[in-house]
Amino acid sequence: MSDAGAAVDRIYREEYGRVVASLVRRFGDLDLAEDAAAEALLVALERWPVDGVPPNPGGWLTTTAGNRAIDRIRRESHRDAKHQAALKMYDDTPHEPTGLVEDDRLRLIFTCCHPALAPEARVALTLRLLGGLTVAEIAQAFLVPETTMAQRITRAKRKIKDAHIPFRVPAADDLPTRLAAVLAVVYLVFNEGYLSSSADADPMREDLTAEAIRLSRILRALLPEEPEVAGLLALMLLTEARRTVRVAGGELVPLHEQDRGGWDRALIAEGHDLVRECLARALRTGQGPGQYQLLAAINAVHTDAPEASATDWSQIAALYAQLYAVAPTPIVALNRAVATAELDGPEVALAEVDRLPGIQPSLTTYHAWHATRADLLRRLGRSAEARAAYDAAIAATENSAERAYLSRRRGSLAP
Amino acid sequence: MSQYLLAVNGSAADVEAQAQMTMEEIQPIFEAVNVFNEKLKAEGAWVFAGGLQPIESTTTVDNTGAETVITDGPFVESKEWIGGFWVIEAPDLDAALKWAAEGSKACAGRVEVRPFQDEPEA
Repeated sequence: MSDAGAAVDRIYREEYGRVVASLVRRFGDLDLAEDAAAEALLVALERWPVDGVPPNPGGWLTTTAGNRAIDRIRRESHRDAKHQAALKMYDDTPHEPTGLVEDDRLRLIFTCCHPALAPEARVALTLRLLGGLTVAEIAQAFLVPETTMAQRITRAKRKIKDAHIPFRVPAADDLPTRLAAVLAVVYLVFNEGYLSSSADADPMREDLTAEAIRLSRILRALLPEEPEVAGLLALMLLTEARRTVRVAGGELVPLHEQDRGGWDRALIAEGHDLVRECLARALRTGQGPGQYQLLAAINAVHTDAPEASATDWSQIAALYAQLYAVAPTPIVALNRAVATAELDGPEVALAEVDRLPGIQPSLTTYHAWHATRADLLRRLGRSAEARAAYDAAIAATENSAERAYLSRRRGSLAP
Repeated sequence: MSQYLLAVNGSAADVEAQAQMTMEEIQPIFEAVNVFNEKLKAEGAWVFAGGLQPIESTTTVDNTGAETVITDGPFVESKEWIGGFWVIEAPDLDAALKWAAEGSKACAGRVEVRPFQDEPEA
């Protein structure tokens, strides 16, 4: 692709969510919005390299796509009165005030992450409609055949249309649960990028982590007072800051072995600012922090330490205890045990870890449970048991970098 | 406005459990459903509702072939079937889901929400 073509592509990708969301509000039809946006791209690819990029490319794309949509409705109107009705119905109709900042993209993300849609469809729709990823790219990201992903997206769009899933920011009383579903989708995209669950994918997927951060920045701009939105953004920034040194030579590098000089200081500073903002808001409002804020705070403590040995483990243990009160999952308990090991020694931590499958038996198929046990057993000098635990951990993960790390650890055990 | 079917589905076990209930246990459910029905009417969401006789009372009629075939029982064997339903008017799925949540609480059963096809344009 020419430089000009690449520039058009970049701007288009950047503006796609805004363009589609605006068209959906106007015409109430996802397919029409997508088709019109695609047509506008073709016009841009033709014109911009010749005429130059317009001063407000997003506005230009929205206007052009809007005109294309109207053309299409007129063309089809003799056999489809519905679109004409849609044109009348949606044209600049003011929406019910919800007391929140209204933005078309915000409406659209709530539609994409509606609880009436299957979770995997929510992720796919969000990446397609807000992120502007192609169906092929999304299929690639989640390692399913393109036809499967296309069907998944088509079915979800069909349900939105047939069941009349609204294009609206939920009312205040529904907002906390609905927002939680949106944040879960964004975090899932990030995690899939950060530690791919699949053997065939790269261990790290920069495209997905970048997309999740971009979506979360949009949410943050639209809902600046929502503490969990800030918390999630902070969490992802503080995690992303360590990405480049997290894998070396195809092998996962755990936090305490990472070269801290390689961390992205700008991202860490931004993440720390957000965590401080969350803390100040929690103190002001008396509303306790939610799980993303607490996870962000834990990551802030880690990234605050100039070296691993300077980590404030008692603060981390306290934050995990607070997190466990909000989200009492065995995975949180497992992470808390890591802090326990630093404070009270590996023996106390191991007892904690060994108790967990009693609460949730499925933990015994979770690689991190075995990996944590293996590390604690290694520190206790119980090599044979550690070796078995490393084997179980290796068998339970598909991620190549993680397998490489665990195998090396297993190999370095004392006989 | 769109119409939605709120179907109350139940399994054989649910039907069995209901049959074991005493009048004192059933009465509050009746009352709650009545209150819910009145609310639907007051807010203009009511279209139609009804409870159905047990699944055993079903007769299947198939007149797609040369002759009309009448058979006892439902056409497809299933583990769950519809025991009662509401048809409501709602502006969108969110509104329908809110009604379904209230209906589910009132009748003490799971509710499936299914949109009707839009009426064809004139």
